[in-house]
Amino acid sequence: MCRLFALTSRDPVSPMRAIDALNVMKEGHDGSGVGLFLSGLGGPWEELKEYPILSGIFTDAGLARMSEYMTKNGFQSKYSATFKPDVEPPVGTPKRGTYASIAFKIPDEWKGMTQAQVDSNLVQMRLDLRAMGEAEGDIMVFSFWPDTIMIKEVGDPMAIAGYLKLDREELYARHILAQGRQNTNYAINLYACHPFFIEGISTMTNGENTAFVPIREYLMSRGVTGYQGYQSDSEVFTHIAHYATKRLGLDISSYKHVITPMNDDEMRDHPDRAFLSDLKRACRKLIIDGPNCVIGCLPDGSMFMAQDRKKLRPGVVGGNPELGIYGFSSEICGLNAAIPDRDRTKDFQPMHLDTAIVGPDCREVLQCSQKDPLRQQL
Amino acid sequence: MLAERPITPATLSRKDLPWQIKWDINTCTKCGRCTSVCPVNAIELGVFRKRDVKPPMGLSAKPTTEFSTFYGIRQRTDPAYACIGCAMCNMVCPNNAIEPSRQYDSTTLQFHNNRGGQPRTRGGRRNSSESLLDQIKFIRISMLTDPALDAGRHEFDVRTLLGRVLSPEAEIKCFRENGWKPPVREIYPLVIGGMSFGALSPNMWEGLQMGVAYLNEEMNMPVRISTGEGGCPPRLLRSRFLKYVILQIASGYFGWDEIIHAIPEMKEDPCAIEIKYGQGAKPGDGGLLMWYKVNKLIAAIRGVPSGVSLPSPPTHQTKYSIEEAVAKMIQSMSMAWGFRVPVYPKISASSTSLAVLNNLVRNPYAAGLAIDGEDGGTGAAYNVSMNHMGHPIASNLRDCYKALCVAGAQNEIPLIAGGGIGKHGNLAANAAALIMLGASMVQVGKYVMQAGAGCLGSEKDRCNVCNIGVCPKGITSQDPRVYRRLDPEKVAERVVDFYLSFDTELRKVIAPLGRSTSLPVGMSDALGISDKDAADRLDIKYVI
Repeated sequence: MCRLFALTSRDPVSPMRAIDALNVMKEGHDGSGVGLFLSGLGGPWEELKEYPILSGIFTDAGLARMSEYMTKNGFQSKYSATFKPDVEPPVGTPKRGTYASIAFKIPDEWKGMTQAQVDSNLVQMRLDLRAMGEAEGDIMVFSFWPDTIMIKEVGDPMAIAGYLKLDREELYARHILAQGRQNTNYAINLYACHPFFIEGISTMTNGENTAFVPIREYLMSRGVTGYQGYQSDSEVFTHIAHYATKRLGLDISSYKHVITPMNDDEMRDHPDRAFLSDLKRACRKLIIDGPNCVIGCLPDGSMFMAQDRKKLRPGVVGGNPELGIYGFSSEICGLNAAIPDRDRTKDFQPMHLDTAIVGPDCREVLQCSQKDPLRQQL
Repeated sequence: MLAERPITPATLSRKDLPWQIKWDINTCTKCGRCTSVCPVNAIELGVFRKRDVKPPMGLSAKPTTEFSTFYGIRQRTDPAYACIGCAMCNMVCPNNAIEPSRQYDSTTLQFHNNRGGQPRTRGGRRNSSESLLDQIKFIRISMLTDPALDAGRHEFDVRTLLGRVLSPEAEIKCFRENGWKPPVREIYPLVIGGMSFGALSPNMWEGLQMGVAYLNEEMNMPVRISTGEGGCPPRLLRSRFLKYVILQIASGYFGWDEIIHAIPEMKEDPCAIEIKYGQGAKPGDGGLLMWYKVNKLIAAIRGVPSGVSLPSPPTHQTKYSIEEAVAKMIQSMSMAWGFRVPVYPKISASSTSLAVLNNLVRNPYAAGLAIDGEDGGTGAAYNVSMNHMGHPIASNLRDCYKALCVAGAQNEIPLIAGGGIGKHGNLAANAAALIMLGASMVQVGKYVMQAGAGCLGSEKDRCNVCNIGVCPKGITSQDPRVYRRLDPEKVAERVVDFYLSFDTELRKVIAPLGRSTSLPVGMSDALGISDKDAADRLDIKYVI
């Protein structure tokens, strides 16, 4: 079972804090992989909030092909944080080349575009690069988005952290999602490693998504750029979050109404019953049949955790509002390791009706129950 | 047999008959029940004369001849009275002294069952024992990362939607603007398919309706039943039980007047309206209710004279094209109930099913598509239609579901699959396989008759006399002397029994696959088959 740990903090922190938490939870995973999502970047990236950052792994030839592609599209490199390990990789990890995060300046021709067009074009460029890389095996791209870095690798999280020197200051971030373990149900593939990312939304999941194929087919038929890939059964959770928030315009507290709607009895006395039963009908294809725990981060930096009613052991959310740091962990021991200095009585384990949300200000855990009136005015 | 009987081209011996009566002279008490119950008069009481030559001892006395007479059972060899293997004779025999037995090498009868230039008509189902659905296995058992669900104790939501479901974007827009929403019913995914009041006996129909009402009101299972063509008894139309009924209108419009006239007095809307364009057992052919079954009651309900055959035309008489039919029929039927009732067409599976589906996708009032595969049953059809026409349901349904996926409408138009589900008794497994191939729900008819009322028909040409109103169990007969054999209460009880067991079995299939909160529609990764061509065609895993 995957181990998940997410941190959200007012001040940038080292991703090692999350990796350490994964290491504490190691008993429950096989150390076969690690994935990192970083946003709200600190250090040198503070000044580059507007510039999309391309994160991926490149061979030398791949780096050249990528540069050529970006130049051809009018993009200009502004800053890069590249890392090429000079030591032998840990056991089980292939030697791949350069791990790069490069910020680009958007071409002037894009200035007249709407934000939606720009977003869609950025996704398309990431997909183009991914396709180029899949053909030649020299480029792997995980994200291309402002204020976002993603790192993925096969191997034990702690060993990878040492190998890739993840403690570098240029990787300090306010919002960190970290996941340990590779694909559960399908073949090992770097693209299958959590977290998954699309247009500023990133989620990671543990469990098994048995409704994967119908959901994948449904999402792929929506005609949204970027709804493809699906090397993992969990990638659909990210896209459902994207679909619910960006396409349907719903609030993240409604995400759970989409993936795990209430049954008729629970819905009977709900003040928004009319809307919720319509939503349940229309989004029936997106109902997950877990058990799953989903932790995610939204473009504004809010973080959430939700899970379906089959999940036997819920995740936990806790933190310290004084220090402005909150952790989302699949196990309590991970949270204890990362944020020992907190009031443990205020830890929250969201059960089958709950969504836990921590806003970008990191002041409190907002507990939303599906039985509450909808926060959003429709 | 006569010693000098004429031997003509149509003369058959007992050996030529596929079903032969085995009668035991030693245990028979000659009560005569078997001959009186035989629906086709294949057996008769016979008087047999036996000559015994008795040679005395010695040389002088001459041998004497003695004649004795005894009574027994004789099987007729006239093709018109050939035994149908229903085994009612055995069922009523106190001593098991008589039973039919099948002779597979006796094929001669089939060359003679068209006397008078009339091709054979019969009821039942295609005489083929193959079933692709039975070959499908469920291979994706969830046991690696998480405990499998407990089918007996876990909370399940086994419901499906019948009706046009809006896309999420359209639904939210509609909610914001307070627009018109197509009616949608949340029902149980196993529907009792169209078997008309003319085809079934009143007792059978009453039993089914009682069973359905019980399932709904006592067992909390929203089971629905389609009426088939031919109308609906007026009392049911005006009762609160109408909400459990899908009213069918077919190309003959039989009984439709009665329904239209009852609309102002209806206490409840029907569950849905099914427009039948075709059925799997006789694709491209109309319904066929033969004169034997059109008694006064049926004639009154259908609004026709009694004692005449009632063939429906193969297509809707008033419509020029499928586009027009879909547009006009669906709209006018919807309008009749103020757009509160889902209306959908039923077609036979064929290579043109996709054309119909394409039409429906573009029609905002279309509530679904029922597809009936070649293994569908019927009360009456020509033998050649039943045995040789039609398209298997699995591949046809899969094509339609994949076409919906491409159009992004797989949640919007529910597909209802039928035809050969539970053909060999594996109702839940067959239904689950079709659901995972893309059906939102499945419909069964023949299984209901077999399990609910003890229909004797099989895929080996057993019985199959539904068309001439002599159903030995009283299921498809309109003769009170025959249908009195069927107790409606018992039918209802059996219907409830098999529904509940289906429910348990369905959970036993979907729980190990890790599904419980939504029906696994389109979960094709769960399916495997050991036939490579079938696996490729259905786009499921090939496993050996």
